[in-house]
Amino acid sequence: MTERTSFDSHRPPSRELLDDCVHCGFCLPTCPTYVINGEEMDSPRGRIYLMDLAERGEIPLDRTMSAHIDSCLGCLACVPACPSGVRYDLLIEAVRPQIERHVPRTRIDRLVRRAVFAVFPHPARLRVAAVAGLLYRRLGLAASLRRLGVVRRLPAQVRAAEELLPPVRFRSLFGRMDAVVPAVGERRMRVALLEGCAQRVLFGDVNAATARVLAAEGCEVVVPREQQCCGALSMHAGREDEAARRARRLIDTFERHEVDAVVVNVAGCGSSMKEYGELLRDDPAYADRAARFAASVRDVSEVLAQLPPRAERHRIDARIAYHDACHLGNAQGIRQQPRDLLRSVPGVEVTDIPEASICCGSAGIYNLVQPDAAEELGRRKAAAIESTAPDVVATANAGCLLQVRRFLTTDVTLVHPIQVVDAAIRGVPLGEERR
Amino acid sequence: MVIFRIVEMTSRAVGTSWPAELAAVLGPDSVITDPARLRTYECDGLTGYRVVPAAVALPRSTEEVAAAVGVCARHGISFVARGAGTGLSGGALPVADGIVISLQRLRRILHVDPVNLRAVVEPGVTNLDISRAAASHGLYYAPDPSSQQVCTIGGNVAENSGGAHCLKYGFTVNHVLAAEVVLADGTVTTLGGQSQHLPGFDLLGAFVGSEGTLGIVTQVTVRLLAKPAQVRTMVADFATVAAAGDAVTAIVAAGIVPAAVEMLDNLAIQAVGASTRSVYTADTAAALVVELDGPPDDVAELFDDVQRICRDQGSTKIMVAADAEERALIWQGRKAAFAAVGRISPNYFVQDGVVPRGRLAEVLGRIAAMADEAGIRVANVFHAGDGNLHPLVLYSEADGEHDRAERLSTEIAELCVELGGSLSGEHGIGADKACSMPRMFGEDDLATMLRLREAFDPAGLCNPGKVFPTPRLCGERPGPYRPHPLETAGVIERL
Ligand SMILES: Cc1cc2nc3c(=O)[nH]c(=O)nc-3n(C[C@H](O)[C@H](O)[C@H](O)COP(=O)(O)OP(=O)(O)OC[C@H]3O[C@@H](n4cnc5c(N)ncnc54)[C@H](O)[C@@H]3O)c2cc1C
Ligand code: SF4
Ligand code: SF4
Repeated sequence: MTERTSFDSHRPPSRELLDDCVHCGFCLPTCPTYVINGEEMDSPRGRIYLMDLAERGEIPLDRTMSAHIDSCLGCLACVPACPSGVRYDLLIEAVRPQIERHVPRTRIDRLVRRAVFAVFPHPARLRVAAVAGLLYRRLGLAASLRRLGVVRRLPAQVRAAEELLPPVRFRSLFGRMDAVVPAVGERRMRVALLEGCAQRVLFGDVNAATARVLAAEGCEVVVPREQQCCGALSMHAGREDEAARRARRLIDTFERHEVDAVVVNVAGCGSSMKEYGELLRDDPAYADRAARFAASVRDVSEVLAQLPPRAERHRIDARIAYHDACHLGNAQGIRQQPRDLLRSVPGVEVTDIPEASICCGSAGIYNLVQPDAAEELGRRKAAAIESTAPDVVATANAGCLLQVRRFLTTDVTLVHPIQVVDAAIRGVPLGEERR
Repeated sequence: MVIFRIVEMTSRAVGTSWPAELAAVLGPDSVITDPARLRTYECDGLTGYRVVPAAVALPRSTEEVAAAVGVCARHGISFVARGAGTGLSGGALPVADGIVISLQRLRRILHVDPVNLRAVVEPGVTNLDISRAAASHGLYYAPDPSSQQVCTIGGNVAENSGGAHCLKYGFTVNHVLAAEVVLADGTVTTLGGQSQHLPGFDLLGAFVGSEGTLGIVTQVTVRLLAKPAQVRTMVADFATVAAAGDAVTAIVAAGIVPAAVEMLDNLAIQAVGASTRSVYTADTAAALVVELDGPPDDVAELFDDVQRICRDQGSTKIMVAADAEERALIWQGRKAAFAAVGRISPNYFVQDGVVPRGRLAEVLGRIAAMADEAGIRVANVFHAGDGNLHPLVLYSEADGEHDRAERLSTEIAELCVELGGSLSGEHGIGADKACSMPRMFGEDDLATMLRLREAFDPAGLCNPGKVFPTPRLCGERPGPYRPHPLETAGVIERL
């Protein structure tokens, strides 16, 4: 059988994993792409079927195959939905690099991907891009260009990136955090904080809030300065070597610090860091270390769930719609902790969003490389959020914040849940917590 | 020999320009002809049968369905409707050289009418979404197949699907008031109507359960029910499967009509335990899920009665759901059971036989003995109140158990007929059990059914090769089932 497979021998999806799928279809209604177009090949069941056929050598790895693998958001909504325990997460992670190696991309797709990976994981470059974007917005250039219809004439992929740029504040761009934030009162834990590459630049506020809340709750927070991108975006796009390189470097950096946990506030980063063991399993120098590191990774809401609140929270009267980021809810099974965290603030009413399991379309770089589907999903999500008439939308992933903000039509405050707690502890109104 | 006519008519020459014509009426985005993509449509929930269609059409409206069917009619091309593809009898199995018409882009809920207790929906809407849409009015759609979160109302109508709560509330046929259908020549018509008492033949009744052989449903008017005032649910454990079977008989004999009575045996409980937050006792031989609903006083009284009967029948433990969340967990486990079996066995066949309720203990005993003899495990999870069995025959393809398991599976189905029951309770005949039909029906019966079918679809283009035995699948002569040469060769398989 193996000699007829269309995959190369470097970590192809395993036959056992493929065989777990019994073709029952329970995953279909949770899949965003299937919800949009109703085509079997754009459903989890259909994608697994294509992988299965390729594994048997019955179909080639070509543009048809890559179209349906690329269109997968990697939101993993199909994983908890599957009664048969199919590890779609492992399957798609095995197939993406195969596609990356064997299927030539169209020129424009190649360019966009190259541009994304040349900028996003590099804070310095992203900062330049963001400042350019900032000036572009500040000077009203955006508006005038839009009025002239220039933006509309750009290819959809370029437009997507432009519309995603958040209204960045100068201060948060260049704010550098102290390397060690001491615990307030008796120390309960010592943790290391991941800054995140895009997060650091675009959402420095969130990092500051995270460090403040952790400290207020008795954590000594170390922020290793020399840290770089965790490789989540690369992994998500099937750039396996690049992801592995970044993982090794991050492990090196964090291993220098003696901590109880590595804390992450970006769902996408956290979920891929928890998989380092899997990613580096074939690397003798790193396999064990990666597994140990992965086991120490915690989302900030997980850490706080273990620490009974010590710092007093001031009242915030707000109706908060909590949006489960796919890489927190589906990939890490963290749904309750962020809600509990929000509810720890008196006055906060947490509401769930209809169609909660359907991805917002952000999904790593998805909104940049599959702009049409991402736009439809973004609109759908924004409408679902607005149907709950919230004052605030909270979600624990940078990508989701960017994506949702782009499609909301009403004026709601968008925050990371930690910012709500931060504002409550500091007793400042929400939305003005930035210093 | 009327029985053979369908097949002969479908092999008529296929014109060359029809794909272009399809693309012209539906738009190129709505027609799939690429070979790799087509393969994802080659089977439904029953993966043992596979046929690659010539094209898949994805219409967005009744008009587009009619237009696509019109193209088929003009060119003499067979077509097969497809909902979510969860069918377990190969009903949506494509026809080679034919097209699949997927209803997955007709997913709108058109109208919920809380005054007249009905909803009008497109065929691709999932069963559960109807209840979700009605929930704000305190209403729901009663038939609840275990696949309800994914299977479509169109598929339900075609299969006359049932579910756990059909014991008290009846099957799909009891809850559909009207259906807009596209007939095989492309005409659009409505069967049934707003009133439940229409004079003349019950054409809607004939259509429900026809497994896609009479036309394509493009709009359905379903009946909604008020949510019961009180619902109470228990799980009663038993030391033997037979004792659980006797308890079912005793409950029904006492004149109680529970909303649902479901049984899981130990293997099924193991499978469920591996997958969800299981509320079932891991080492019990069998468990009955009994649910009662209705006015609170009645429910309270009968619930006590049922508990007493279960204890009298030797129940070892009774767990009563404390709240809605616990009830949901009980049902989540029950409804995930089929697919969860994938966790304890690489491959499995699922049967759908029905036996008279009084013979439940007997049939389960005989199935266990047959399984022992074959050296194959059989898990049971089924609608006990209806006597509708779903024996899951577990086997490993890789270990060469396929043939033995297949034989056992067929023997179980035939045992059900022998005990005065039926080949299929709710999954349909489809491609899978077509060859077994002569075991249940004489030639005259089948010929009569075929005349009805031909009245709707004289050219035999609409889902041919399903329900009725055909020489292609069943050998040259109809009659008591014998394995087809292709089966013997292992090319095709039956459950
Ligand atoms: C895990 C699992 C559990 C299940 N549990 C149950 C259960 O408890 N009870 C039960 O009854 N069934 C059950 N089923 C079987 C299946 O879900 C039902 O038969 C369901 O009604 C099929 O719906 P579908 O949309 O998937 O139809 P498909 O599988 O796509 O099609 C089924 C048949 O309907 C026809 N059809 C589909 N749509 C239309 C239409 N619009 N017009 C005309 N014909 C159409 C097709 O041609 C085919 O013959 C289960 C299946 C699975 C996988
Ligand atoms: S729910 Fe799981 S077993 Fe069922 S089709 Fe999807 S992946 Fe396969
Ligand atoms: S990961 Fe998300 S987009 Fe991809 S198949 Fe699963 S549900 Fe669909």
